[in-house]
Amino acid sequence: MRYRLEPRPAPSRAAGWLSPFIAVAATMLIGFALFTALGKDPWQAFHVFFVKPVETRYGVGELLLKAGPLMLCAVGLASGYRANVWNIGAEGQLTMGAICGGGLALLFHDSTSLLLLPAMIVAGALGGMAWAAIPALLRTRFNANEILVSLMLVYVATYTLSLLVHGPWRDPEGFNFPQSKMFEPAALLPNLLEETRLNVGFLIALAAIAAGWVFMAKSLVGFQMRVAGLAPAAANYAGISATRTIWLGMLIGGACAGVAGVGEAAGPVGQLQPSISPGYGFAAIIVAFVGRLHPLGILCASLLMSLLYLGGESAQMELALPSAVTGLFQGTLLFFLLASDVFINFRLRAARVPAAGG
Amino acid sequence: MDVFAELLVLTLAAGTPLVYAALGELVTEKSGVLNLGVEGMMLVGAVASFAVAAKSGNPWFGVAAGIGAGAALSLVFAVLTLSLMANQVATGLALSLFGIGLSAFVGLDYVSVVIEGIQPLGIATLAGLPIVGKIVFGHNPLVYLSLLLFAAIHGFLYRTRPGLALRAIGESPQSAHAIGYPVVRIRYLAVLFGGACSGLAGAYLAVAYTPLWVEGMTAGRGWIALALVVFATWRPWRVLAGAYLFGGVTLATFQAQAGGVAVPSQLLSMLPYVATIVVLAVISRDATAIRLNAPASLGRPFHPDG
Repeated sequence: MRYRLEPRPAPSRAAGWLSPFIAVAATMLIGFALFTALGKDPWQAFHVFFVKPVETRYGVGELLLKAGPLMLCAVGLASGYRANVWNIGAEGQLTMGAICGGGLALLFHDSTSLLLLPAMIVAGALGGMAWAAIPALLRTRFNANEILVSLMLVYVATYTLSLLVHGPWRDPEGFNFPQSKMFEPAALLPNLLEETRLNVGFLIALAAIAAGWVFMAKSLVGFQMRVAGLAPAAANYAGISATRTIWLGMLIGGACAGVAGVGEAAGPVGQLQPSISPGYGFAAIIVAFVGRLHPLGILCASLLMSLLYLGGESAQMELALPSAVTGLFQGTLLFFLLASDVFINFRLRAARVPAAGG
Repeated sequence: MDVFAELLVLTLAAGTPLVYAALGELVTEKSGVLNLGVEGMMLVGAVASFAVAAKSGNPWFGVAAGIGAGAALSLVFAVLTLSLMANQVATGLALSLFGIGLSAFVGLDYVSVVIEGIQPLGIATLAGLPIVGKIVFGHNPLVYLSLLLFAAIHGFLYRTRPGLALRAIGESPQSAHAIGYPVVRIRYLAVLFGGACSGLAGAYLAVAYTPLWVEGMTAGRGWIALALVVFATWRPWRVLAGAYLFGGVTLATFQAQAGGVAVPSQLLSMLPYVATIVVLAVISRDATAIRLNAPASLGRPFHPDG
């Protein structure tokens, strides 16, 4: 008896909903095997990885704190991915947002104005948009592949930040460390929950989720972008501008990532330093897919991904496992998701092999 | 002239990882499959080769391990995209993210390990010849191997029947299927070959070019290799030329930093990435040339039942 894949007449919605759960379960199984292979008690490892980090109030705060930037980046990316605009440089746009927003905080370092923080967030959004505008422009004017351009710009943004904190923005009293001055309270996001580091950045992320849902599900432009992604020929025939779709997809992604960058600089980091994000921009690609490019799905997926980050840290401390295990789980999760997505468009059928030797 | 010979040797050395990775990706893309996982496969190839070289004491075992590891990772990509019809862009990205994580995980034990790398050919008397000696005989064995690989790939694609079949499948898998070519099997082989080449590119970096392991040591070369295939409008000769051009750019930034040029090192480090963006935009501007040269089915899944 052999099995073969048979195309479904119409994509299965149920398979689409089920696939992230299958992927999570399969990743857990791999984790179980990995922990066992490394000579750890898998149940204890699971406890350390998935339960221990959120046992305390502080831990829950950390979970939400890390979920915020993931949510922001992923919801921005998803609106592009739905339109087949492949922005994979959110990490660079995030960095540029941190540079612009953080630069403003350093420029008005002694200000106590209530306007400083909103201005920083706007500057961060604009910085992210400007960085995303480069691949959009090169794609629409010069037909250059946006995947490669947006990715190359990640390196350029990282080096720019490094240049700034090693040079002009270095704190003169910082013992020669490549760091800017610490931001003053007027430039820091206010705390949201006592005894945690959670700040109002999380509310901004939730607002972005809500706005993303309205945009994707209820607005005409959002609908047009979905059509452009699902059926480019039909979109073209209906007069939906491909250029505008690319610009919108890139700019929305850039703005969201830029705000996430300010949120890091004005939140848990509190200054500018060479590394602003532990790869949130790349992890957000996985969050967007695991969340089915849907804002509510992204909300759940970002919590899961945040738990993976915390679990990695906790496993490093408690089990002496390298925190790189987080990256491994992130990649595995996406693989299993893509694999189980096959059942959206295909079903498994037992095929009778014709008698051999005819 | 001696300086010139020295620079030429160094440029070839810097361009070689791009030659391997981009030629492998070229073959994969010629069959109509876009694998964005080059960076991940290179990193896994690098860490595997380094680990095996450190454990066995023989860098050539490391090279073999790097090739195997790259091919193994590309097999995951092949199963997902060719058998399970997953989106090639998303799967390629997943491969890169996974490879970065996996190599960091495996490589932790090897961070400050020192190994004996593969040395340039020791034909001392010949390399000692004036001018020609160094240019012809002074390279690393893996540099010569990359040129052999180039000749083999060029010959295979344009001078053999299987090469013709591969290109036909890249243009129209439906037609190739209709005249009886095993589309999926040939695409599997093309993906595995690309993975093996990426693994070899990583191995070259870790056991020959700079014999050490550093997390993320490929530094975006996998992505530059992908861009190179586009620059080269899918032609092997131009891949070779582009790889050495970028080798030269990278080398120039190293030399400038070492020579104490009064420019911040970060600006110099940015240069290869900025150059990639600029060249990509200039070449892609001619949309017709891209459309005519790109394999027509590039990135599209193929299922025999339609």
